[in-house]
Amino acid sequence: MNFTKTLMATLAVVMPAGLATAQGQLANDMVLVSWGGAYQESQHRAYVEPYIEMNSSVTATWDESSNEAVAKLRAMNEAGNVTWDVVDVVAADAIRLCDEGLALEINHDEFLAPAPDGTPASKDFGNLIVSDCFIPQIVYSTTFGYRTDLVGDTPPSDVCAIFDLAAYPGKRSLEKRPLNNMEWALYCDGVAKDEIYDVLATAEGQKRALAKLDTIKDDVIWWSAGADTPQLLADGEVVMGSTYNGRLFSVIEEQNQPVEILWDMQVFDLDGWIIPAGLSAEREARARDFLYFATDTQRLADQAKYISYGPARASSAPLVGNHADLGIEMAPHMPTDPNNSANTLLYNYEFWADYRDDIDATFQAWLAK
Amino acid sequence: MRCRKLRMTVTNSFNRTSKERDAVVSAGPMLAADGTPLKKSLARALRVQKMRALLLIAPLLVFVLISFIAPIVDMLFRSVENQIVSDILPETVMALETWDGSGDQPPAEMAFEALYLDLFFATEKKLHTRLGSRLNYEITGAASLFRKTGRRIGRFGTDVLTSQIVAQSPELANVAAWQELMGDTETRSALPLTARTWDRWTEYLIQEGDDVATTPLEDIHFAALYFDLRDGVFATNARLPALDITNYETVRFRDEFASADDGWLDVEFWRTVQTYSPRYTPGYFLNAVDLKKDYDGIQPRPESQQIYVTLFGRTLSMSLVITLACLLLGYPVSWLLANLPARTANLLLILVLLPFWTSLLVRTSAWKVMLQQQGVVNDTLVWLGFVDDASRLIMMNNQTGTIIAMTHILLPFMILPLYSVMKTIPPSYVRAAKSLGATNWTAFWRVYFPQSVPGIGAGSILVFILAIGYYITPEIVGGTSGIFISNRIAYHISSSLNWGLAAALGTILLVAVLVLYWVYDRVVGIDNVKLGG
Repeated sequence: MNFTKTLMATLAVVMPAGLATAQGQLANDMVLVSWGGAYQESQHRAYVEPYIEMNSSVTATWDESSNEAVAKLRAMNEAGNVTWDVVDVVAADAIRLCDEGLALEINHDEFLAPAPDGTPASKDFGNLIVSDCFIPQIVYSTTFGYRTDLVGDTPPSDVCAIFDLAAYPGKRSLEKRPLNNMEWALYCDGVAKDEIYDVLATAEGQKRALAKLDTIKDDVIWWSAGADTPQLLADGEVVMGSTYNGRLFSVIEEQNQPVEILWDMQVFDLDGWIIPAGLSAEREARARDFLYFATDTQRLADQAKYISYGPARASSAPLVGNHADLGIEMAPHMPTDPNNSANTLLYNYEFWADYRDDIDATFQAWLAK
Repeated sequence: MRCRKLRMTVTNSFNRTSKERDAVVSAGPMLAADGTPLKKSLARALRVQKMRALLLIAPLLVFVLISFIAPIVDMLFRSVENQIVSDILPETVMALETWDGSGDQPPAEMAFEALYLDLFFATEKKLHTRLGSRLNYEITGAASLFRKTGRRIGRFGTDVLTSQIVAQSPELANVAAWQELMGDTETRSALPLTARTWDRWTEYLIQEGDDVATTPLEDIHFAALYFDLRDGVFATNARLPALDITNYETVRFRDEFASADDGWLDVEFWRTVQTYSPRYTPGYFLNAVDLKKDYDGIQPRPESQQIYVTLFGRTLSMSLVITLACLLLGYPVSWLLANLPARTANLLLILVLLPFWTSLLVRTSAWKVMLQQQGVVNDTLVWLGFVDDASRLIMMNNQTGTIIAMTHILLPFMILPLYSVMKTIPPSYVRAAKSLGATNWTAFWRVYFPQSVPGIGAGSILVFILAIGYYITPEIVGGTSGIFISNRIAYHISSSLNWGLAAALGTILLVAVLVLYWVYDRVVGIDNVKLGG
């Protein structure tokens, strides 16, 4: 078993990606799991279509289950029948899956293509490799969008505008979970950025964050789906609201709504692939072959033609071009663009892995009150 | 109730007649044509008939058992299951059995030694993080404690023990020597910890498909041997090469763990492990009713985390309100359907069924468009001048939204049973009542309404039970005050992965429904429920 794995690993490293197909050891059907919508479309056009063009025997099926990937993978694993081959998840879920033994631990330098200049993958992705099972794909951010016509003459430039009911009256939408909201609340309550998590780890800190959120609680619409805030903004239900930056891009550039992005204190997060644990050797080999191609420098840069999420490889950034349909330059719309990332926060995976159960119980009880 | 009494009288009279009949035939048993006693023959015939009936439904029964009952039982069972702790930390659990956690100190060195052995296997099998996630439900920080330490455990200074033992008796560096040693029953009983560790090791290797003879030994064997030699009462009985451990340089496992993460010195963590070491735990159920089991016994959870009792109460009361609203709206509609000429009634029925056939999600989203502050209803009210533009009504993201949307969605489940029951009520009864001088109200209330009660019962049970388990609609239009307990169940199933808690919440919900059903049976009588004529 171990021997075969090592053999497979060596083979895959030695052989260029395309050649492996000829060996007949790769499965031909592949089930890809993603989020649906514009994001999945960007993946499909940037590298699934090209991959299938190169390997005509392969069929790829999309399953839009990333939302519940962790629970479903656990159920599949218990039933002993894993039907997915590569799964797109956020980094926090990848850590969970890795912790639960549901995702394959990988050696990034063996599994992934080096940068064109020869930099090994682990260096190219750098500290975005937050888990041994995780292959980063994009950097996205959760940030605020506001209605330009509802904020008066002084559009907000500071994230604390969400707590300023006097200057910006009206409803706001926030996600129905403690993550990000607690950080923003503490930050706007005067906690220094690098002390946020130390404060949040204490019961008093959590109380303090909730007290800050209490000041706007009556004016908050809580969302649970990424599409909620864009819809609320488009309908004029809210003055401002948090959501993923790609959703805001599409509201602004594709639907031409009077909305602007408030980049201050955007929270960076990662999304990427995992390979489920317990695949047959052929399927695992196919998954690896696909991911070797799909996460190389050019492919990740290509994805940015279709959606405004930053490629996770350092070597991809200079290759980001124009939007494939709109023709506008994409770089200024990336969360990682220097103009947008003057003041940011990076999702603290370790903190939330530990405190999520506890703080979520407190947060939900607070919400229900 | 009346019905039940009647049934009893019938049975009594039947018993009497059978007694009388027994008295008549007591002269000799009545025989069937083939000579067997008639009673026996009848029983056999009935048994065959029953068997045949059972065989006919057998495929369905098996299908339901396998695909419905078994998964539910399995899921519900998770609400008490807790094997993971004692399976992954067997030595530690044993070492903690005698530990008194009332002090402010973590347990003695022995527990850390046991933890080292357990955690070695857990890390090899990649189970340590899974245990970490499990314990993190009870104590914050356990997840990263196990994850971090799993990375460090291979670098503990345990090779000191190994090299000292091997220096004294070089043959112990060979796997073969160990295999021989561990094959000897006397040695095994003299070195119990070493034997247990060896068995876990071989079991693990076999599971991995590796060969015991060719896999290099690990420090755990030498550590376990050292512990046995130090503590073992009968260690001298072992057929061991002479080992003198008195001058050994030792390893302080407590310090090793503490340098990996000082969370290991937290007495609260050890109390949690001790409290949750039994194979079955009431912990999830306690959590589901806002209680907590810790070292001092069962206590209420901190007030800032109490939520489930409120949610259960809200789920029940809002379901009741929705059921009543459905009844109030559905009753006249059903009456209309049942009493209009067939052509008009069919047209109306289509109008009832049309939304019934539309996707739940579409209908809920449509309500969102209707009810939001910039929505259709508010726009109309503002346009008509009933409501000021600045003070638009808040009709969703609260209980009102949930009640309105769910009443609409569940209405057909009330109308259909009501309609089918009302359809069978002959109009002549009401006419007769009126011709005998009853007012419209009396004719309805005394004659028509009692006959429609079975439909009300069926519709109400249907709507109520469906409502209690709803979660998509409350999630979309309920905001924070309009969510149900199912929303939390869904969260724990798909997001927090705390399936034990989800199972406990689900079990409580199931039991609550069964109790309500039983109460309904006692008060109204379940035979008094009709889904149709």
